[in-house]
Amino acid sequence: MNFITVFRKEMQEQWRTYRFLIVAAVFAAFGLASPLLAKFTPEMLKVIPGLPPGLLEAIPAPTVADAISQYVKNMSQFGILLALLVTMGVVVQEKERGTAAFFLTRPVSRETFLLAKYAALIVTFICGLGLAAVGCWYYTLVLFEPLAWGPFLVLNGLMLVVFLVYMALALLASTIARSNGVAVGLAFVALILIGGIGSIPTIGDYFPGRLFSWGTTNMLGGTDTAWPAFGISLGIIAIALLAACIVFRHQEI
Amino acid sequence: MSSVHVDNLKKYYGAVHALDGLQLEVAPGTIFGFLGPNGAGKTTTLRILTGLARPTSGTAQVAGVDVLKDGNQLSRHIGHLPEEPAFYTWMTPREFLDYLGRLYGLSSKARLSRTRELLALVHLEEVSKRRIAGFSRGMRQRLGVAAALIHHPEVLFLDEPASALDPAGRKEVLDLIENLRGQCTVVMSTHILADVERVCDVVGIIAKGRMLVQSRREQLLEQYAIPAFEVEGDDQAALSLWAQELRRLPWVISVVPRNDAFRITVRDVQSAKRTLLAMAVNSGLTLNRYEEVRPSLEDVFLQLVGAEEEL
Repeated sequence: MNFITVFRKEMQEQWRTYRFLIVAAVFAAFGLASPLLAKFTPEMLKVIPGLPPGLLEAIPAPTVADAISQYVKNMSQFGILLALLVTMGVVVQEKERGTAAFFLTRPVSRETFLLAKYAALIVTFICGLGLAAVGCWYYTLVLFEPLAWGPFLVLNGLMLVVFLVYMALALLASTIARSNGVAVGLAFVALILIGGIGSIPTIGDYFPGRLFSWGTTNMLGGTDTAWPAFGISLGIIAIALLAACIVFRHQEI
Repeated sequence: MSSVHVDNLKKYYGAVHALDGLQLEVAPGTIFGFLGPNGAGKTTTLRILTGLARPTSGTAQVAGVDVLKDGNQLSRHIGHLPEEPAFYTWMTPREFLDYLGRLYGLSSKARLSRTRELLALVHLEEVSKRRIAGFSRGMRQRLGVAAALIHHPEVLFLDEPASALDPAGRKEVLDLIENLRGQCTVVMSTHILADVERVCDVVGIIAKGRMLVQSRREQLLEQYAIPAFEVEGDDQAALSLWAQELRRLPWVISVVPRNDAFRITVRDVQSAKRTLLAMAVNSGLTLNRYEEVRPSLEDVFLQLVGAEEEL
């Protein structure tokens, strides 16, 4: 019911409130900076006075693998943080401001209200990540060598899935919470739980974070896969969205 | 068929009974004033009737639609103005009304003409391309009224539409409501009696989640208002002595000082009319004012709500 109309409004809002631009700028900055950092970190070390003798010689010359690993490192930290920060206020702020109450007496179902927001955020993150990928690819080409497009696309696709997991959890937190502070707390609890459990060996193989290492290995020519983590990530997204819809349907605004 | 039908509506928040068996019936085309002190249950009732909250028990229909069963259908029949209407402040009023028109499925031609018509109605044409973020409280309230009317609703719910406005803003909003007479049913909650006296045909007084009385405004005044007179003079000492004399008369209920005057509440209007002025003259009082006071809704309200709170 009215999904397209609400989705269009959400996209317009992302643009007019500069949320789209902020996400795009942050992603683009980290995409461009990753190969630069990989290339010039040894150079920067050279100008630091008083380094122990032999250290510089021990640092290997940077390669394309360093550029990729820097890119994945940046995205796995700042990308996830951005996904949480941008999403966790989207519902609770509308409840606090009163716009939710104003619009939910219109022909807008609560599911539409939530899912249109999520869809708009997906578009924003696809564009942001796309910019980051183009930036990273271009500077890697300039500073190292061209990246293989296929595995690079797969890597970015897998990173997007991880972001979508955190966005779905943050949307659920935002739906459950009555205040922005509670939403922030809940979103970071989800981050700590998923990140913490995901870092335990063996169990971590089934958690979203494993998708980063799958994408990296694939980029570097490895054949390692992590389909269980992929499936579980999609499952977390589906369950979080379903839970958000059920909670919101029964919630008094 | 009633525009609004509420039967034995209850809403409990733990031990707090926000609504405690509310009965309500609003006939089509009425401007209904939903009156009550703060915390009486007015907003809770409107939130249930607009589908934003669910009752603990009881039933409610608006425009023939069960509010508990079909939220989508309900939204097409009602307009709603919350106490503090909230907007997407990055939009302009024109964009905002156009967006609402889309939600109600209006064609682009219909949206254009309806937006123009409503902006003229609420006197916002000149600022139609300005962002809502810079609007005053009164402008937002008027835009809220326009937003509630975009789809020609059968029933319009207004929660304290003029309570927070300055006198000029209040007049504008009340004029707008008055102009809706005959176009749709209006249910307006407020604790401002003067607003109800000015625009409402029917009044329902609620306290502690229960409807104390519901009646046409004139009938209510006739039924509950106690006749009174006010007398004002220069010599307060002489007036006080005269007041003591009046208190001994069997048809006088009370004599209460009010500013520079005395308010005399009576049981028998005819006796009062025959005797009061003559008594004042015989006592040698110099009067500045003598008048029969029209019973006001405030008197009725205080009488009913006061009695309820004593229980």
